Amino acid sequence: MSWQKLQADLSDTGYVASDDLAMALFLAVTLGKPLLLEGPAGVGKTQIAKTLAELQATKLIRLQCYEGLDASHAIYEWNYQRQLLSIRASAEEHKPSGEVEDHIFSEKFLLQRPLLEAIRQEKPAVLLIDEIDRADEEFEAYLLEILSDFQITIPEIGTIVATSRPHVILTANGARDLSDALRRRCLYNYVDYPDRGTEMAILAKRCPALEDRLAEQIVGFVQALRKEELEKKPGIAEMLDWAAALAGLGVNDLADDPEQTQATLVCLLKTERDRAAVPKEVQQRLVGKAA
Amino acid sequence: MQVTRFPERAAGPADRLAGFMAHLRMNGIPAGLGETETALAALCAIDPGNMAEVRLALKAICAGDADQEERFNDLFDAYWRNRGARRDSVATTSSAHQMQARGAGNYRMASGASDEAGEADTPDDESAGETGRPGTGRLVASRIRTTEKTDLRKLMTPEDLERAERVAERIARSIHDRRSRRRKAALHGEALDMRKILRKSVQRGGEPIELFRKARPDRPVHIVALLDVSGSMTVHARVFLAFLKGLVSADSRTDAYLFHTQLVRISDALRDGDTMRAVNRLSIMAQGFGGGTKIGANLKLFNAQYAAQSVNGRSVVIILSDGYDTDPPEMIAEALARLKRRGARIVWLNPLKGWEGYEPVARGMAAALPYLDHFAAANTLNDLAALEPWLNGI
Repeated sequence: MSWQKLQADLSDTGYVASDDLAMALFLAVTLGKPLLLEGPAGVGKTQIAKTLAELQATKLIRLQCYEGLDASHAIYEWNYQRQLLSIRASAEEHKPSGEVEDHIFSEKFLLQRPLLEAIRQEKPAVLLIDEIDRADEEFEAYLLEILSDFQITIPEIGTIVATSRPHVILTANGARDLSDALRRRCLYNYVDYPDRGTEMAILAKRCPALEDRLAEQIVGFVQALRKEELEKKPGIAEMLDWAAALAGLGVNDLADDPEQTQATLVCLLKTERDRAAVPKEVQQRLVGKAA
Repeated sequence: MQVTRFPERAAGPADRLAGFMAHLRMNGIPAGLGETETALAALCAIDPGNMAEVRLALKAICAGDADQEERFNDLFDAYWRNRGARRDSVATTSSAHQMQARGAGNYRMASGASDEAGEADTPDDESAGETGRPGTGRLVASRIRTTEKTDLRKLMTPEDLERAERVAERIARSIHDRRSRRRKAALHGEALDMRKILRKSVQRGGEPIELFRKARPDRPVHIVALLDVSGSMTVHARVFLAFLKGLVSADSRTDAYLFHTQLVRISDALRDGDTMRAVNRLSIMAQGFGGGTKIGANLKLFNAQYAAQSVNGRSVVIILSDGYDTDPPEMIAEALARLKRRGARIVWLNPLKGWEGYEPVARGMAAALPYLDHFAAANTLNDLAALEPWLNGI
């Protein structure tokens, strides 16, 4: 397999990847290294992991990071209810407590969380660690350890070594600076908003039924809109939503019915302020530019 | 270059790649042995004769963030394409990249590598000693006792700067210590520590008699500092820069910015290990622009460019400025209002406030007041230190 092949495959599945991204992903898969993707929200960082899993016909295991994420949510947890029942049952049989303890802290009572699940797959899974920058620094350190050794130590059981090495994709929005150690361990790509050509290609892939002229208007408008001062710039997903909405309404030309176009902007502008920042006049100016 | 006897081991690509990594290191991209190894493995997976492919691959491997990624292309061209360096021996390429390194001096501020070009910074350091001196003569006898109460305009010596840095570090640390959100064993926590409870209950036949709890420690806060270095603030700039450096170095979440007529992010520059060098560099950077202050415009720019990433509900935005603005005051108000909506707390430290009879009459300052959570003086180190209890209280 070559990286061009991967890029073509991705494109067939509906994901248009830049050369940079395709190469980074190709190397990540070939060399077995984690891939760190950074960039604004809505540029398809998460989607690439889903697409990769689809391509490889393997499982996508997702770990959504948040502040306060800890081992019991990311790695493993004991099944306390079952343990409790088991202890009761054993007590009636008058088993010695050492034996009971061994029993309830065995694999049978282990709940796998994403990280543990990912390294125990028969076929290498795609492990998506989403928004790693939201997790605490302590967790980042822990993650580093797992990413370098691919093994997890559970005090009661021992060390569990990976049956297969997952393809790891980490995403970050820049909520905080990631440690250098993590950056160094990963391949890196900064995913930015797509340029006009790429975005056209994405739209053509996702909404093939759309007329060329309207597609061009849509992309041009969204590209122009991203240059405006907005709190939340519309991402690719928003653009696709909008295109679907316009197609559903049977719009042929954005300039035809400014009122209606304005009403559909709910798909792109997600805050009150942004809506106020793009009144009908601005919208028409942008439509004019996009044409 | 001598012909090697073991072509298969000391193969050209390995040497040249190692040279390239050294070239990157000199230009502030920390690439090392690990990267060389990965790069070699990568070359086996792609077509090494295709320069475009090699460029993409090496970029994915060596760049560690968006900034490095942006610079990578130039560095790549400089090493592999200048003067046909591709066919040069390692010795000549290394002198070629030294020249390149010199040309790209700006990049090296964040580099921790011990490189020759780093020595070229020494003039900075020397002038640092000199420019840092005014004022020393007057304060020699009593400095130890009085610095903490001396107006910051008089604090110029390296020791003073260091003290400012310490104060800041203490503030940052006191916050940092309350950081963790992970649950810890606690006497009166909100959640049960099931693992511990079960373990103890085994001896009692599964009767959880003792309940152990765990709790989340306090939520963390982090600091975003914006320092005004316009003409009216220059007298304070050095001490405040040292203060910012302290904040930044104590906590990796802290972000720092300078503004005058433009806005510059300086967090990385401040993480430079050498205080005096960093402070002097930044002082020069700050003086370079001059002109009026544009607080409103800069805050607006900050909102647009950086706030989305660095400001959230647990941020404390510290603005160090005297509030003299050339922009209309509504701009400040609007920008602060927007910042406020992100849930951040805004602290304004004004060096003028400590003066007797000061009233916030500067129009910009007056416009900002309604949005501030804390408005304090900042003309002595004590004033700065007074921030600590306030921050701990939130």
